[in-house]
Parts: sequence; C-alpha cells; structure tokens
Amino acid sequence: MKSDSKFLSAPYTVWMTVFIVLPMLLVGYFAFTDKSGSFTLENILSVGQYSNVFLRSIWLGAVATVVSLGLGYPLAYIIAKMNARRQNVMVMLVMLPMWMNFLLRTYAWMTLLEDNGLINSFLGALGLPRIHMINTAGAVVLGMVYNYIPYMVLPLYSVLTKIDKSVIEAAQDLGANSREVFLKVVVPMSMPGVISGVTMVFVPAVSTFIISKMLGGGGNLLIGDLIDMQFLGSAYNPNLGSAVSLVLMVIILICMGIMNQFDDGEAAGGGMLL
Amino acid sequence: MKKAGARIYTFLIFLFLYAPILVLIVFSFNDSETASRTVWGGFSLRWYRKLFEDRLILEALCNTLLIAVVSAAASTVLGTMAAIGINSMKRLPRRIMMNITNFPMVNPEIVTGVSLMLLFVSAVRLFGGRSLGMGSLFAAHITFCLPYVILSVLPKLRQMDPNLYEAAQDLGCPPGKAFFKVVLPEIMPGIVTGLIMAFTLSIDDFVISYFTSGTTQTLPIYIYSMTRKRISPEINALSTVMFAVVMILLIIINARNAKERKTEKLPEYHESM
Repeated sequence: MKSDSKFLSAPYTVWMTVFIVLPMLLVGYFAFTDKSGSFTLENILSVGQYSNVFLRSIWLGAVATVVSLGLGYPLAYIIAKMNARRQNVMVMLVMLPMWMNFLLRTYAWMTLLEDNGLINSFLGALGLPRIHMINTAGAVVLGMVYNYIPYMVLPLYSVLTKIDKSVIEAAQDLGANSREVFLKVVVPMSMPGVISGVTMVFVPAVSTFIISKMLGGGGNLLIGDLIDMQFLGSAYNPNLGSAVSLVLMVIILICMGIMNQFDDGEAAGGGMLL
Repeated sequence: MKKAGARIYTFLIFLFLYAPILVLIVFSFNDSETASRTVWGGFSLRWYRKLFEDRLILEALCNTLLIAVVSAAASTVLGTMAAIGINSMKRLPRRIMMNITNFPMVNPEIVTGVSLMLLFVSAVRLFGGRSLGMGSLFAAHITFCLPYVILSVLPKLRQMDPNLYEAAQDLGCPPGKAFFKVVLPEIMPGIVTGLIMAFTLSIDDFVISYFTSGTTQTLPIYIYSMTRKRISPEINALSTVMFAVVMILLIIINARNAKERKTEKLPEYHESM
C-alpha cells in the first residue's frame, strides 16, 4: 500500500472539513458578531452574567464524577478479581442499562423520585415522613451518576485486569500487607483507568441538558440548558448561544489538559492523587 | 466475611442500576385509567396495544432505522477508506488527521449539535433549499459515526503485516484484487465492530439529532416530547419492548461467541462494545 492509498482518505478529509471544521468556525463567527453580522465582544462579555450557571454545572459535574469514582472503583475491583466467566457476565450487566436510551433511564428516575412517587409511597407505607427529592440538585447528581457510572467502571475494570499479578506477588514477597499492596501498587497502576473514567463522566455530566431538565426542574439551570434555550428555546439568540458554547469548549479543553498532566506525572507522583 | 461484603456491595450497585428499569417494565403492564405511574391497578396489555396503534411512534421508528442503516453503511465505507489512507500517511499529516478524528469524540455533544445546526441553517439561508430534516440528519449522523469506525479499523491495519499486500502483488495479483483478497479479510473484524458501533450510536442518539432534525421525528426525539408532555405509560411499554429486543440480541451474540470460543479454545474476552 504505497502512496496511492493516501488519496483514499480524501473524501473523509473533505467531509470532516465541511462538517467538523467549518461548523466550529461558524460557532466562532457567531460568538464574535451581532445580529447584523458586525464584530462585537458583547456576547462573550455577557457570558459573565451566567457565571452562576457555569459554576453550578462544574460543581454538579464534579460531584457526580467523584461519586461515580467512589462507587465505581470498588465494583471494578471486585469484578476484576472474579474468574473469567463471571467477569464477562458482570461486564455485560454493567453495560446492559446503557443499551436503553438515556431518556428512558432518566424518565424512570422521575417515576421513582416524585413527591407522589414510588420511594415516597414506600416511605409513607412504613410510616416515615416523605422526602422532597425531585427538582433538587441532588436529583440531578443522581441522574448523572446513574447515566454515566458505566463509563467509569469499564475503563477502571480494563486497567485493573491488565495489572500483572506477579507485581502484586512481588510486593507481597517484599512484606507489604494487603492494604499496602492496594494503596501502593494497585491504585497507582490503575491511574490511567481513573483518568479516562473521570474524563468520560465529567465531560458529558458538565454539558448535559436533559438530566437537569427532567430531574432538576426549573431551578437547576445548567450550561447545556442555557445553550438549548438560545438555539431552540424561548430566548432565541444564536450569537449568545455560540459564545456560551465556545466558553464551554474552552473549559472542557482546560480540564482535559489538566487530566493529561496528571497522566504524565503519574509514574513519578505515585498514588497521591486520591 | 470479606467475600460477603463484596457480594453485598455488588448486589447494591446492580440494584441501583436495575431498579428503575424494573419499575418501568412492571408499570408498563399496569391497568389504570388515571394513567398513574405509581398506583397499581391490575395487569393489562392496553399500553402495548396503544403503542402499536400509535402512527407517530411507528413513523419515528421507521425514520430512526432508515437513518441508522444509511449512516452506518456510509460511515463504514468512508471510514474504512479513510483509515487505509491515514495508515499510509507520514507522521505529521497522520497526526493532523487523528486530531481531527478525535475532536468530535472529546467535544461536548451539545456543541457538536449546535455547530452543525448553525452550518445547516446558514447553508439554507445562503443557498436556499429545504430546511432541516432527513438530509441534515443523515449528514450529522455520518459525521459523529465516522471517528468510531476509523478508530476500530486503524488498529487492525496496524496489526497487519504490510508485506502481505506486496507479496500478493509479487505473485501477480493486481492491486484491486490484492486489496479485496488480502487486506479486506485481515481488517474485517475491525470493520464489523465499527459498523455495529455506528448503527447503535445512530439509533441511540438524541442530543445531536435534537439540534439538526428540524421537525422530523426520530424515536429518541419522540420519547423526549413524550416525557415533556404528560404522564404516559406508553413510554413504559416502549422501553420494555426496546429492552427486550436488546436483551435478545445480546443473548444471541453471546451464544455465538461462546460457540466460537469453544471451537477456538481461546478463553479471551470478546471485544464487544
């Protein structure tokens, strides 16, 4: 396959230029122009008014990521220690809910969390006081964790199964107890999985707009909702929407840059990330 | 003791993952005139009957399947060609191409959706033509499927011995035939994985379709409008049907893999998605 096969990617190059590069340039163009098409910084500056929305999105996304990591790591560890056949079954069970459309999964939680929902009926039947859960920030975090936890478990699991057993045995031979083996060998060696899990949960969690709409009510506006409102909602203003999108992209890129930094420093820094 | 703890923990996590789905399924059989989501009124199949009489849902399903088939096929052909091209590139152009390929996968979905919407709306404004609909949906779905196809074909190309193709030509095989007889069978598993991924991603996509569909309905968009409107147990019936279909497909795939594994005697984990 010599030089001539290079041209096979020409249609792809054209396609991506038209449907990825050009649209991104358009986002930039709309973000820096007003309705008549002349240059302005107003859109970017007015994004500052929504700093509370940005902070809320980042905060809720971060909480959901930490909770997913806290719940997902033990599960991945337990699965990785099982025998091969049970591992396959378990991995499939983790993935199976992902095959159901995420709107339906989130809708299921609406049924459970409502004031007259199943959990509250259950509490009522036990004679316990009812709890208001739907339309709270907690419900949004729950929805995020529920939808994205497989993205945390799967990369963790695949890294944990690849750890060389002889390394663990070596540590044990050298006198490490099981706690030390876990903290000083297993955790540092699973860092690449942690990093890809964290990115795969954080990015969709920060930019979601359905979960907050369905579980958060009106009071928990996130960046995604803000963008949605500017393009398809009541507040139609694609220029402002583009500016918000641009800022969101920059935030995500910065976060990923920080994560990659950790990935490189991992060999030297050991297990001090957690 | 430790083992029991691990078991209980695993059980609790799976309870968390599956309880909502179970509730959906149970209440899809609920016979209740008030259409309550939480009061049990006896067993019935009425919501299933209603579901299959709903012309809008069936239309949305047809659209979804059509889009999935077309965009999976198109992105597989385009993506495989691109992967072969990228694989034979020098280092710098290859890096540029890989960065462009990775970009839509790291970029938030909503930004991809919004940017494509801007593109289509601007194109309509500039050149006229029909507004957003099936055409823009095809283009959008092909776009977000392409990277997944390329990333599943490329590793197979790297694993392949490049001498094989030259050996075939040395033995008198014309280039075209050498490609179909030597290269294609080698990278077939990657192509099939890419095709299946593209198909399922396309069926499941909501966010990008939401911004690029105009008034065209796909199944996820229809589901979204159902959850906004009112309490409707039809959604439960629909979820149950979709879940059952997925379960059956997975069981078939797994049974086939188990058979293959038996014949090959390789207890390796299958690279499903």
